[in-house]
Amino acid sequence: MSVTEAPAPPRRSSFSDWMRNQLRNIAPFATLLVLVILFSLASPSFFTFDNLQNILQQISVTGIMAVGLTFVILCAEIDLSVASIANAVGIVVAFFTLQDSTVNIANIPLPGGFAIILALIASVLMGAANAFGMTVIGIPSFIMTLAMLQIGSGICAMLVRGQIAYAVPKVIATLGNGSIGPIPWIVIVAAIILLLGHLVLTYTRFGRYVYMVGGNREAAEYSGVNVRGILAAVMIISAVCSGIAGMLGVAHFGSAQQDEFDNYLLDSISAVVVGGTSLFGGQGGIGNTIIGLFVLGVLNNGLDHVRIDSFLKILIRGLILLLALIVNVYAQRLRSRPGSAT
Amino acid sequence: MPSTPPDRPLLELSGISKSFGGVAALRSVDFALRAGEIHGLVGENGAGKSTMMKIIAGVHSEYEGVMRIDGKPVRFRSARDALAAGIGMVHQELSIVPELSVAENVLLGVQPVTRLGLIDWRRMVREAHEHLAALGIEVNPRASAGSLALGLQQLVEIARVLFSGARIIILDEPTSALSPPEVERLFAMLRRLRGTGRSFVFISHFLDDILHISDTVTIFRNGRRIETAPVAGIDKSWIIQRMIGTGHDELASSYTGEMMLDGRADAPVVMQARGLTRSGAFRNVSLDVRAGEVLGVYGFMGSGQLELARSLFGKQPIESGEVQVGGQPVRLSSTVAAKRAGIAFVPESRRSMLFAQEPVYKNVSISILERIGRILLRPAVERRIAESHVKRLQIRPPLVDRPLGTLSGGNQQKVALAKWLTHLPKILVLSEPTRGMDVGAKDDVVKIVKSLREAGIGVVVASTEPETVLSLADRILVMKKGEIAREFAREPVSKDRLLAAA
Repeated sequence: MSVTEAPAPPRRSSFSDWMRNQLRNIAPFATLLVLVILFSLASPSFFTFDNLQNILQQISVTGIMAVGLTFVILCAEIDLSVASIANAVGIVVAFFTLQDSTVNIANIPLPGGFAIILALIASVLMGAANAFGMTVIGIPSFIMTLAMLQIGSGICAMLVRGQIAYAVPKVIATLGNGSIGPIPWIVIVAAIILLLGHLVLTYTRFGRYVYMVGGNREAAEYSGVNVRGILAAVMIISAVCSGIAGMLGVAHFGSAQQDEFDNYLLDSISAVVVGGTSLFGGQGGIGNTIIGLFVLGVLNNGLDHVRIDSFLKILIRGLILLLALIVNVYAQRLRSRPGSAT
Repeated sequence: MPSTPPDRPLLELSGISKSFGGVAALRSVDFALRAGEIHGLVGENGAGKSTMMKIIAGVHSEYEGVMRIDGKPVRFRSARDALAAGIGMVHQELSIVPELSVAENVLLGVQPVTRLGLIDWRRMVREAHEHLAALGIEVNPRASAGSLALGLQQLVEIARVLFSGARIIILDEPTSALSPPEVERLFAMLRRLRGTGRSFVFISHFLDDILHISDTVTIFRNGRRIETAPVAGIDKSWIIQRMIGTGHDELASSYTGEMMLDGRADAPVVMQARGLTRSGAFRNVSLDVRAGEVLGVYGFMGSGQLELARSLFGKQPIESGEVQVGGQPVRLSSTVAAKRAGIAFVPESRRSMLFAQEPVYKNVSISILERIGRILLRPAVERRIAESHVKRLQIRPPLVDRPLGTLSGGNQQKVALAKWLTHLPKILVLSEPTRGMDVGAKDDVVKIVKSLREAGIGVVVASTEPETVLSLADRILVMKKGEIAREFAREPVSKDRLLAAA
C-alpha cells in the first residue's frame, strides 16, 4: 500500500524542497505510525492479527465510499450526500428483496440480480441528479449535495416507514457478511474498488482530467477539456461507490433502516482529507485515502482498546481531524509558494 | 467652500518620486491642480499616471517629495485619510454595491441612524434624493444600484464621493464603457460641478474626450511629467507625439517609424465572423481571418478585444452573430466546441492557462490527450512530444518533469503555446501574448507566431499594447468601445496612427 506515485524529485531541487512537496504525503503516514506505536504500547490487545482484521472490516464500508469521494474532492468539489445515498440504496435493495413475514414493510420482491441492478440504477440516478444540479443549473456542490442528503433520507423514510428490513439478495449478503478463509469478503471488495479507483486516477485519460480540473479549472477549460462532463462523471462515480457501500453495509450490519449510515459522511470525508488529498483539488489520490482510512480506523479502534471516557473519544477524534486539516492547508500553502524561478 | 487665492493651486505636488522594487515608477514629478479645474492626464500604460493618482488618493503612502493642499503639506497614510482631506477617487471598475439601493450607496458608511441605532431609512432616502437632485441625477433612490445602466451607476458613485465631502475627484477612465449620450451627460455634470469649485483629474486613453472636457492637459511618459498645457492651443497629434516621445528614448523610437502592412488578400478565409455581439463587451463585430495571416485586434483597455478573443474560443457566450470556420458554420457554445472546430486559444492571464504544480509535459499534453490514447495515458509519448516542443521553442530549463510553476513567465507562455502546436489548429487566438515579458521572450513569441503563419494557420492577436500588434500583425482592426472603429490593411501604419484611431 503505497502513497500515490509522486513524480521523482526534480534533480536540481534540494532535499528540503522535496520534503516540502511531500509533506502532504508524509504527514498522514507519520500520524498513522505514531498512532500505531502509541496504541501498541498502551494495550497488548491492539497489535494483533485479529485486531488488524477488525480494523480492516471497520474501514471497509467507509473505504468504498471514500473512493468516490476522492474523485469528487480531487475536482475541488464536495459530496455531502454519500452516506445518505448509501443508506437509500441499501434500503432500495432490501425493498426489492423478499422480507421475512414478521417484517411489516410493503415491498416488491424481485430476483436478487434485479434488485441489485435496480439499486445500482437508483444510485446512478441520484448521482446524475447531483451532476445535473451542479453542471446544468449551476448550484454549488455543497448546497446541491446537501439537498440530495435530505432527498436520500426522504427516500429511506418513505420506503421503510420506521421499520427495519433484514433480508438482502444472497450475493450481497455474502459479500457484506461472509468471508473467504480468514479474509472477509467486504475487505476484498473494498480493496478491489480502491485499486480500481487508483488505476483509473493514475493511468487513464479521465483520471488525468480529474486532476487537471481540480488543479486549475479555468486552465482545463482553456485547454478544451470538457470540465462539466468531468464534474458530472465524478458525481455519478461517487454516488455509485456510495450505493455499493450502502448495499454491502446493510448486509454487514444485518439490517436496513433509517439513519444507520449517519456517521459515515464525516468518516469518509475525514478519511480523504486526513490522508492528504487537497480540499482545493488537484493533489492527492487513492494512496492518500488509504492512509487516511487507516488513520481513522486505527484511531477509532485503538481508542476502544485503551478504555478511556467514551465522551472524550469524540473530542479526540475531532481534534485529530482538526490537526489533519491544518496540515492539509499548510501543505497547500508551502507548495503554492513560488519556488526558485529560473 | 475653501477660499483659495486664484494664484495658489488647490493641490500641489513637488518632486514626487516612487519606485517599486528598484524600478522607478515616478521620477521627480511636479503637478498642480487649481480649484474649479478639470485636468486631463494622459500617457501610455506604465507611464506613471496611476501611480501618481494612487499617491494623491492615499493608496501609496511611501514616496519621496511633498504634497500640499491649500499650501499646507500633507501626507496620507490611507485612502480614508485622503478622503477626509477632500480627495476622492472613482475607479474604472466601479466600487458600487449592486445589491444595495441607490440611497444606501450614496450614503454608504454615513447612513443616518435613529435614536435606537437603527438605520433611518426615511431620512436616508430623502437625503440621497436631495443630493442626487442637486447634481441633476434623475434616479429613484430606492432602486437597486445594480439595476441601473452603467453610466448611471457611475454618476451615483461620483455622487457618493461628493457626498463624503470630496473637493478633488480623480476619475480613472470614466468614459471607456459609456455610450456617447452617457458621456455627454457625465460631462455636463462635471462642468456644473466645476462651476462650484470642485476640481477633477480626468485620466483617459480617449484623447477626444480629454480634449473635449479638460481645461489643462498633462502628459506622462516613463515616469516623468513631460508637459502641461492649456487645452486651448493643442490637438490630438500634439498629445500623441509627446506621449510616444521622439528620438530621445530608444524604446519608443523603434515603433514610431511607419511600417507597411501586407495583408494576404489571396489566401482563403479560414474564419469568418459576422455581427458578433455580446452585451457589455462588443457589438456587431465582423472579421475575416485568412490562412497564413496574423490579424491584430487592437484597442484600449475595456474596448472589447480581449472579450472578443475569449468568446471566439467559446469561453463566454456570443449572444448574436455567426461564425464560420473553413466554410462550415460553428456554434461556439463551449471551449470544447471551439477546440473541435479547430480553434485554439492562449488567454492573457498566465494563472488561467497553466497547471503550476504539474510538470511541464502534462501542461503540454493536456489539449491532445485524446489523440495520444483514447482511454489509457501514455506518459512516454507525452514526454516525447513535450521534449520536442521544449527543444524547438527553446524552453528553459529543458526538463519536462519540472513543475511548470518553477519556470519563468516567458517560458510558461511558451509552454502555453506549445500546448496547441502538436496538432495544428486552423485558428489560433492569442490574447496579450507578450504582456509582462522581457525583450528576449517577446522576440521568441514573435518568432513562434511567424512560424505558425508560415504553416498556414490563421492567427488572431488581441492586445491593448500597440507594440504587440505592430510587431505581429499583417492586418490590424482597431476596436473602440466594443466596436470595430478602423481597419488597417495594405497601408502604412504606425503607433501614433493606431492611437489616433482608437
